[in-house]
Amino acid sequence: MSKKSIVSLVAILLGLIGGALLMFVTGHNAFEGFLYLIQGGTKSIERIGNTIATATPLILMGLSLTFAFRTGLFNIGTPGQMLFGGLCATIVSQTLSMPRPILLLVLIIVSFIGGAVWAAVPGLLKSFFNVHEVVSCIMMNWIGYWLIYYVVKDFFPNGNKATESLPLANDLTLRSEWLSQLFQGSYLNLGIIIALISVFIIAFILNKTTFGYELKAVGFNKDAAHYAGISVNLSVIYSMMIAGGLAGLAGLTQYLGVATNIQIGVMPSQGFDGIAVALLGATTPIGSLLAALFFGLLYAGRGYMSVMTDVPPEIADTIIATIIYFAATSVLVERILDDIASKRAHKKVEPFENDPLIGADVQSTDNKSESLGFMPPTENELDKKDGES
Amino acid sequence: MWKIIMQVFPYAIAYTVPLLIVALGALYCERSGIVNIGLEGLMIIGSFAGALMIYVLQNKYGTKPWTIYVGLLVAAIAGALFSLLHAFASINLKANQTISGTAINLIATAVTVFLARNLTGSGNIVLTVGLIKKNIKVLSQIPILGPLFFKNSYSTTWIVLLILILMTFALYKTAFGLRLRACGEHPHAAAAAGINVSVMRYIGVLTSGALAGLGGAIYLVTIAGEFNGSVAGIGFLALAALIFGQWKPLGILAATFFFGFATTIANVSQVIPALAKIPPIILKTFPYVVTLLALIAFSKTTQAPKAAGEPFDPGKR
Repeated sequence: MSKKSIVSLVAILLGLIGGALLMFVTGHNAFEGFLYLIQGGTKSIERIGNTIATATPLILMGLSLTFAFRTGLFNIGTPGQMLFGGLCATIVSQTLSMPRPILLLVLIIVSFIGGAVWAAVPGLLKSFFNVHEVVSCIMMNWIGYWLIYYVVKDFFPNGNKATESLPLANDLTLRSEWLSQLFQGSYLNLGIIIALISVFIIAFILNKTTFGYELKAVGFNKDAAHYAGISVNLSVIYSMMIAGGLAGLAGLTQYLGVATNIQIGVMPSQGFDGIAVALLGATTPIGSLLAALFFGLLYAGRGYMSVMTDVPPEIADTIIATIIYFAATSVLVERILDDIASKRAHKKVEPFENDPLIGADVQSTDNKSESLGFMPPTENELDKKDGES
Repeated sequence: MWKIIMQVFPYAIAYTVPLLIVALGALYCERSGIVNIGLEGLMIIGSFAGALMIYVLQNKYGTKPWTIYVGLLVAAIAGALFSLLHAFASINLKANQTISGTAINLIATAVTVFLARNLTGSGNIVLTVGLIKKNIKVLSQIPILGPLFFKNSYSTTWIVLLILILMTFALYKTAFGLRLRACGEHPHAAAAAGINVSVMRYIGVLTSGALAGLGGAIYLVTIAGEFNGSVAGIGFLALAALIFGQWKPLGILAATFFFGFATTIANVSQVIPALAKIPPIILKTFPYVVTLLALIAFSKTTQAPKAAGEPFDPGKR
């Protein structure tokens, strides 16, 4: 098993332990809680369908973050991109009438472009003004938050409900009769097909094309990429736009698939969960798919859990948030793994070190080449440090 | 027009105060070299701890004013303790500070609502009595300035202004302030001069945690009146104010006042007909748009701490 997947599994384990501790401290039965949480997401075919449906926007979010991470960018603007992509799709679906196949195609294109436009701003600012994308992304999130809030409130209000837009009819969204029936009334929708195709396309771009190679090169070492003749500025803009487009698609699958309207006055949680999805998936498209399904299970099962036990549903959010924290501090786990690995390596070379002649010889040359504290380092030491950093 | 300003002004100040104190905390944090986007979460922690403390105390001792101040103190301590998570991750483990900050935001929202649901069932903690507005004797009689600043003012406003003065002095006029700023600009030079960079950064993050917690509780006792798992994006607005104020205390004061005023006008525009002409969408997005523009305008001469966001690695040159 690769080091990255061990780190991911440890993060999940620590997140679950954190959730269990919290349930224990507040006087709940943690075992019962987890049992109903998993049952709630897998107990029947309908519930499995709902788990996959809940995972759909998370898959696309994970892809968005993954794609940006690979180019060395942190796309924390996914909530805004998701809202704006979702809004563009909602406007089209609410105002224009066209045959369903064309409508679906237009919705996909429009939501992708919406998200891409929203993400292009941080990309352009980074390329031309050297503004850090995290800061500009956060600003774009809140501009999007209030833009969507007032546009929905003024143009598509749902009667007196101040927190959502007017619901769309099922045939104006990604919902489909046969998928729903296949999963016995679940709200699984065509979004999952969009998500799966996106996984393949993104994996193909990243692993098999020159374009993807150039983006990754920029992510690894900007200066080297520039020296090799890759336009760093363009790569940053393209990468942000594609990442934003994927977040826009997530908005489409959430607001015109899982739900049939936009929730306003709340930052969509999928945006930040996408960070966890991408990190747990070791910033690979397939990894994002698996991690998203796991989170989909937690989110889909929490309602059932809170009905069957008195554990509040926020336990699922807590577990995911804890996982993100441990994914951020994965250095700790990696260090421990490295320690274990180096100890093993150490054991293997022990017979040589025990040889008095060889051991003494090596030590004496080491001492000779070492500089004293107040003197400039010797060339040997310089080499050593360069090798390390 | 004058009447409208008089009406809106106390609300604008009430909104500015939590914004200002949170941005000040973030100033110390970023000046020490740690980026903290977990402000919103730390505010929520403060709001929760404050609400819980005040709720318990008011049930036991009645609605006496001192209960509120104990609540504010507890909120600051809770914020500082919770920010240890961010400090440990970003200083000791050299983790990505953006991810750690995001995790702080998410953990805070989830855990506090989880706990509140266990305690009250609904996830909300409603305060019986918040902080009461007072007229300050003599000063409120001054023409023009009196009604604007000293009538209907909260005591927290003056506490926060005092903290602002103390912190500005400490940052620019003391050895401690110089060391803190050095850690954010050039940690290797600071370390070479014998400054313990980790300790200074811990101080920066904990200050930010304590003040964000305090800010969350001030928002609770002056504006919100209840804990509900959200502080309406003030933490992120404070981050914008920090950038728009170009990482300087007085710049932050001006920025938070601008943002506070714009947001307040947007909030009350439906009640006051003269203000209804300005679309609220422009007022609400104004702080973020001007921050983006400021980022562009100052991109060549930015005052951002040079080492902010980078983990300190003593072996790296």
